Amino acid sequence: MEKNKADNYRYLAVSVIIVLASLLIALLLGAFLFLIAGANPFEAYGVMLTQPLDGLFGITEMLVRAAPLMLVGLGIAIAFRSGILNIGGEGQIMLGVIFGTAVGLALPEMPKIVLVPVIFLSAFIGGGIWAGIAGWMRAYLNVNEILSTVMLNYIAIQVYLYLLRGPLIDPKEVSYGTGVPQSAPLPEAAWLTRFIRGFRLHSGLVIAIVLAVIVFLFLWKTTVGYRMRAVGAEPKAATYSGMNVKRNLVLAMVLSGGFAGMAGAVEVLGVHHRALESISAGYGFSGIVVALFGGLHPLGIIPASAVFGLLIVGSDMMQRAVEVPASIILAIQGLIILAIVSSNIFLRNPKLRDRLFKLLGGGKEAKIDPEGGRA
Amino acid sequence: MILEIIIGVIISGIPLSASLLFASLGEMFSQRSGVFNLGTEGIMMLSAFVGFYVVYIIGSPVLGILAAMAIGGLMGMLMALVSVTFKAQQGISGIGLYMFGWGVSGTLFRVYVGGVTNIDGIGKVAIPVLMDIPVIGQILFNQNPMVYLAYLLVPVSGYVLFRTSWGLKVRAVGTTPQAADTLGVSVERIRYQCVTLGGMMSGLAGAYLSIGQAQMFADNLTAGRGFIAVALVYFGRWKPVGIMWGALLFSMAHALQRSIQVYGIDFPYEIAVATPYVLVILVLALTYKGRSLGPLALGKPYNREFRG
Amino acid sequence: MAEIIERLEMNHITKRFPGVLALDDVTMNLQKGEVLALLGENGAGNTTLMNILYGLYHQDEGNVLLNDKKIQVQGPLDALEYGIGMVHQHFMLVPNMTVLENIALGMYQRTRFKMDLEKVRKRVLEVADRYNLTVKPDAYIWQLSVGEQQRVELVKVLTLGANLLILDEPTAALTPQQTDALIDLLRQMITQDTSIIFISHKLNEVKAVSDRVAVLRNGGLVFEGATKDHSAEDLAEKMAGREISYPKTSKKEEYGRPILQIEKVVAEGDQGTDSLQGVSVEVRSGEIVGIAGVSGNGQRELADVINGIRPVKEGRIQLDGVDISNYNPQQIIDLGMGYIPEDRMHEGTIPSFTVRENLIMKDYRQEPLAKNFFLRKGQIDDHAASLIDSFKVKTPSMATSCASLSGGNIQKVILAREITRKPKALVAAYPIRGLDIGASEYVHSQLIQAREEGMAVLLISEELDELLDLCDRIAVMYEGKVLDVLPREECTKQELGLLMAGVSHGKE
Repeated sequence: MEKNKADNYRYLAVSVIIVLASLLIALLLGAFLFLIAGANPFEAYGVMLTQPLDGLFGITEMLVRAAPLMLVGLGIAIAFRSGILNIGGEGQIMLGVIFGTAVGLALPEMPKIVLVPVIFLSAFIGGGIWAGIAGWMRAYLNVNEILSTVMLNYIAIQVYLYLLRGPLIDPKEVSYGTGVPQSAPLPEAAWLTRFIRGFRLHSGLVIAIVLAVIVFLFLWKTTVGYRMRAVGAEPKAATYSGMNVKRNLVLAMVLSGGFAGMAGAVEVLGVHHRALESISAGYGFSGIVVALFGGLHPLGIIPASAVFGLLIVGSDMMQRAVEVPASIILAIQGLIILAIVSSNIFLRNPKLRDRLFKLLGGGKEAKIDPEGGRA
Repeated sequence: MILEIIIGVIISGIPLSASLLFASLGEMFSQRSGVFNLGTEGIMMLSAFVGFYVVYIIGSPVLGILAAMAIGGLMGMLMALVSVTFKAQQGISGIGLYMFGWGVSGTLFRVYVGGVTNIDGIGKVAIPVLMDIPVIGQILFNQNPMVYLAYLLVPVSGYVLFRTSWGLKVRAVGTTPQAADTLGVSVERIRYQCVTLGGMMSGLAGAYLSIGQAQMFADNLTAGRGFIAVALVYFGRWKPVGIMWGALLFSMAHALQRSIQVYGIDFPYEIAVATPYVLVILVLALTYKGRSLGPLALGKPYNREFRG
Repeated sequence: MAEIIERLEMNHITKRFPGVLALDDVTMNLQKGEVLALLGENGAGNTTLMNILYGLYHQDEGNVLLNDKKIQVQGPLDALEYGIGMVHQHFMLVPNMTVLENIALGMYQRTRFKMDLEKVRKRVLEVADRYNLTVKPDAYIWQLSVGEQQRVELVKVLTLGANLLILDEPTAALTPQQTDALIDLLRQMITQDTSIIFISHKLNEVKAVSDRVAVLRNGGLVFEGATKDHSAEDLAEKMAGREISYPKTSKKEEYGRPILQIEKVVAEGDQGTDSLQGVSVEVRSGEIVGIAGVSGNGQRELADVINGIRPVKEGRIQLDGVDISNYNPQQIIDLGMGYIPEDRMHEGTIPSFTVRENLIMKDYRQEPLAKNFFLRKGQIDDHAASLIDSFKVKTPSMATSCASLSGGNIQKVILAREITRKPKALVAAYPIRGLDIGASEYVHSQLIQAREEGMAVLLISEELDELLDLCDRIAVMYEGKVLDVLPREECTKQELGLLMAGVSHGKE
């Protein structure tokens, strides 16, 4: 068994190397984009990848971004591993914000220890319902969930804006006549503790990490998690073993949306302390990249969200430095997705795997697949 | 007034349908060969920008359209590389392509143009005599030439798909690729051709939006049309005529939503904007009742079995 | 048109795939007008060798000579130009296109647009006439029976100009009578300057139709000679490389109570019509009842309804007295049903999961493997270790993913999981399909053991030999009904063959 443990680690290393190679390729292609945009790629990447690490501001901001990314990423990993693709993160975040904010504003007298969990739960429910619609349609009507979740994103934006401009708008905005679409600030009891005075780093990060560990235990150590992974890996065999595929698909989507909803709560309670217009900031899509980059595994998603937090903060700094709009990071994330999903063929290619395996010191027994491989 | 609204809806619905029609017919070829391209939205966004920019700089709408088609074709080829050669999961790859197109178009727009800028694109061209027929004349014979092109492509696509040997190969490759493979048809090559063609037509769709319809470029110009186009292929059962009706249906719903606002009917603005997307979901939910007559190999990468 | 193939040689062909040597220095030849049989178990290399001849694979070493000229077959297009055509085991036909369109698919390789279906029709009818093969050019493939589809494949390959036909397991989906008809057809084709190579593992057919036979085993040519000089047993031993003992059961004095009772069950198939039209069969404790019949007559649907995967429209299914009609799969499993499904890779196991995870697929919710929703690793590991040991599953470790195991070992995992749960009834669907002789023997011995322990076993199979060896009684299914259930002693292959083709004597 000892040899097998070492071999399994070698296989993990092979997967990590291939994923990092994908990142590298995407960054290289991104360099061309910088050139087209009229900037020096080296300078741009230099700022983007190192400046955030230069000071406390950069580091804390990076971790502020990491919290919602982690939560969305965890939700997406749950869904992907259960065989269903959740592209509706953006909309689910917004629904989470709506539910969480509404509840928070409706219960101003509660103590923090009750209010925060209640808001998180409401946010979970909001995101979960929104995703559940698409999950139900996929399970019982066989509707492609990518199309339905994307449509739900567009609908969610409108619903969110409508509420922010109308029923949920801060009464102060109305009375002062400024009309900015944002909600009233939430009671201070709901605000997440900030760790360092003057910086925005908040306890949401800790909550996210704890949830990551819980997701890991859930997927690999419980019967329900085993069932969901089975349904995702091979729905036919799962059916033949008595598992209810449809119910598990819906459950997976609800959980996935719930996590995205909680990401919304984290942003409201930790960062902005109210609901605002562009609160989701693309986390719904970045979360997909984080999940893939993290190998669809909670323990991989934790570092992956830090990496992408770095990229997002870095791209803001880069915009100020070389004057290329930060939206270029969206294009680079797209390239990363393309690179990672393309790399699967190399992971499955026995020749390349064997060669890398041997390079890392492994023996001849090269037919084994690593446990918990990607979906 | 109701009649006014209805005629108004039809008149504005037809041009609105052109971009959907281009993209959807292109996606039909792609899906018929077995590959579904969810990056269509990203292709439309980037080619809308490229087309707009070429017209902005050079001033020639024709060159703008060609440039947009070229970009669309290149992005289609990228999708083909990822889904056919690398056999990656098509849903996720499409989203990656979408984010790429979205990011590049947004970035280059901000860098090179900055604000809302109008261009002289292609306007309406009236067909003389026919245009004077009451009611119908305005609707059918006073449209943008690209709209005429879009509707012309409906019978052309049908002919290509069902009456040429290439179309036969496409249909075989998308249903039973091994049958085509064992007769010497290159499954990979046909899929590359179809996905690239799909990309080019999505490029045309994007070009229509920026050069023909809006005659400008903005961040949310496409507003999800690429995804709607993909949904339309299912709705139209992978046949050109069905897709055409789907495109008309959606565009008219969209036109109706706009006219409601114009006529000042009391309806929350945001809910009205959300209506077409709700319609797509409803249609997706109801369409799936029927048995799937679509390409059976849709979404599955092809691999000659390597078993002895 | 291609030139007539007078002589074909494949010399010193070697082919390697990652991790396996598929063909090792194989040499064979064929003369015009000959029927050569390639005999071997699944995985012996026959299909690979023919795929090389047809251009789907390329050899690593060796050459191919056609009429004494060296040729390089790059792909199926080349092969057809040389006059080599292949009919695969699973038909390469597009279901929602017509016969004409399917054949046209192979005719317009150089052109992109022109397509003249009338010309294709003319050619097809000429060929059909010449070889006495009836086809309906405008029928859609999904409307045709298996036999008709096979004829379409033959016409297709002949229309495309082949005069050397490679047939891969042509009789796999045919009844004995249909097989005889095919053999006659093949004999007739020989008279038209056609040569035939056919791959089979069915000894009687090889004996019946071939002039020469070549036996491959594990990628190497072990024997070659004239068919009439060797007996079936002789050839079987050469296939397996050793003496084979076929485990058989013998009639019992008495059997137990009825465990699985299927009464006049009607169920819908995937196409919307009723695939089961009133099926009745009963299996007693300690008995193996076989379901014979050509695939596609409702066997899959029968296995589905028994296991709760398909709804029962009318009729009743009872498991040890409990009416389980329309129960869900979990309930039926809990009541004591075991199932070895047809597709071991996608229905019986989860390929990407480890062996350990696959072994607990039906018991993961119960003690001692789980407690309060948490899986207990120690218990699971012990359980898995003991199963791997007692069923001798060859795997590097229990943490290996099932996809890496050989077919026989995957089947062992499934058997281990199903049998040790001690179900009351066990349904086994085509359990030895695609397995080598050693693995097949093992599977059979396990089924016999299950019978000994009092399980009621329902064995669905296409292989009459298997059924006659193992079953106490054999039921024949045809078009959704059980035509007859006969005690083994009263069954002959001829009788079974007639029933499989729908010819019944009126007994129910």
